[in-house]
Amino acid sequence: MTAADLRLQDLSVTYRGARGPVPAVRSVTLAIAAGAPVGLAGESGSGKSTIAHAVLRLLPPGTELTGQILLDGEDVVTMGWGRLRAVRWAGAAIVFQGALHALNPIRRVVDQVAEPVLIHSAGTTHRQARDRAAEMLSRVGLPAGTSARYPHQLSGGQRQLALIAMAMVCSPRFVIADEPTSAVDTVTRARVVRLLTATAAEQDIGLLLISHDLTLLTTACTRLAVMYAGRVIEHGPTADLASAPRHPYTAALLAAAPAVGDPAARYRPRGLPGDPPDPTALPPGCAFQPRCPRATAACATTDVELRADGPARRTACLHPGPAT
Amino acid sequence: MTTPVLSAHDLTVRFGGQQPVDALRDVTLELGAGEILALVGGSGSGKTTLARCLLGLLRPDAGEVRVDGRPLGYGAARLRGHRRQVQLVPQDPAGSLNPRHPVAWAVAEGLNIHRFPRAGLPDRVAAALAEVGLSPPGRFLPARPRELSIGQQQRVALAAALALAPRVLVADEPLSALDPPARADTLALLLRLRAIRALSVLLITHDLAAAWQAADRLAVLHHGTLAESGPVESVLRSPRHPATRALLAAATRPLPRRPQLP
Repeated sequence: MTAADLRLQDLSVTYRGARGPVPAVRSVTLAIAAGAPVGLAGESGSGKSTIAHAVLRLLPPGTELTGQILLDGEDVVTMGWGRLRAVRWAGAAIVFQGALHALNPIRRVVDQVAEPVLIHSAGTTHRQARDRAAEMLSRVGLPAGTSARYPHQLSGGQRQLALIAMAMVCSPRFVIADEPTSAVDTVTRARVVRLLTATAAEQDIGLLLISHDLTLLTTACTRLAVMYAGRVIEHGPTADLASAPRHPYTAALLAAAPAVGDPAARYRPRGLPGDPPDPTALPPGCAFQPRCPRATAACATTDVELRADGPARRTACLHPGPAT
Repeated sequence: MTTPVLSAHDLTVRFGGQQPVDALRDVTLELGAGEILALVGGSGSGKTTLARCLLGLLRPDAGEVRVDGRPLGYGAARLRGHRRQVQLVPQDPAGSLNPRHPVAWAVAEGLNIHRFPRAGLPDRVAAALAEVGLSPPGRFLPARPRELSIGQQQRVALAAALALAPRVLVADEPLSALDPPARADTLALLLRLRAIRALSVLLITHDLAAAWQAADRLAVLHHGTLAESGPVESVLRSPRHPATRALLAAATRPLPRRPQLP
């Protein structure tokens, strides 16, 4: 079997909002292959979660999708409903964000993890599905009693591990983890990331890790793509991007996560002023320009696209370069 | 410390069922006026349980909660008064904001519950939104939660708490859904609120960097007991308890680059 390969080609996603179209993702091109986890970083509202949902067409009715999403060569965008249903969970699976309300509160954990197995393996009995689910729950490191519990009896970290078990239970070729550690403490966070990357490596799964925590992504991914206002604004090998960011927004992300014990950071949180732009009211030119320390007049009139900027690196900026 | 605004004394909370567990055991903690106290601990350490006791939402099995040194009363009227003064900013804005209600209603909800005069509501709501940086009000008042980013939803929840002019904010993991720039921004906002309103904040977080950037004191919970507490500098520079050391190590040690196969 050929290696798992997921390609987003010029993908754009526009929601139908109450006050007009909302362009959440704008012309994103990205490739993920087995063996080389890709990290997708960016602020909340940058479009990262929309991409996760788009891959399995989990978008609300009325949402406009253009471009291609090629799962091993098959375009998800034009897939028939039956094929799409077969692909969900068994071809590609999502580990969802927000474990608190991703699980059904009135069903036991094991029954929820067993559900994809029942849907995708014709002829599996309930008992077999539950056994498989219990096995998966144990493999992700949850204690034996977890199966019989209800979601509210689990801690946030345990719920997240249960969601990972659910995503892995049908042995998918691709796993998209959408903020798999945001509601989880630092100790469990390390475990969650290790679990995802180790499983992806041993089972040849294509892994797309989505997180606002750039530092987390640098520890687990081969390549990083940084999103802002629906576009990928920087893309390259992890070590290069993290040590020498070329886009000022990437630099800001890295600067806003200080080291504990650094006296310069005490009572001095260094954030970015302002907010990500309202997607229905994007500023003219570059979407980052109103908050950018390097912006010039040209930035307000040119909406820059990703362009080659060094070996295997691309940056969407008129003034790429090291932070001054 | 002068009389703490809010405190817990030998608090014990037991959850029953087939395997009874002490969610909290003999926890004593004080929050001073105008102080930011970071409450950290791993998942399941009891942070949220402690917060619920301090909010009056949960009665302890032993020990007591005190407000200005006096035991918290659990009668309906006294609890209502308490909750007006001690406001919760919940962990998950998407779960706590009614998706069908515009921001204006979300922020006014507490004011309505506590029977603030209706005439003054619009001004209070607009002021609260301005205070958390959601301007201009015209843009945000009619918006529904799904039209906002997570960071903005978080700020709506914060505005709803601030509208009541509380003395204490219990912020339960207010940063976990935010990215570093927005996190730093929220911490800067909390520091400003502390300065302007002499607000006390119980900042529940597992993010030690957040505690380092914004908190005065730090308390570490471990499996329901208080592992250690003290000024942020002392606790984080010279941690005494293994739980603190473990949290610190997990926060600062980089994860291995290559996945380690089992």
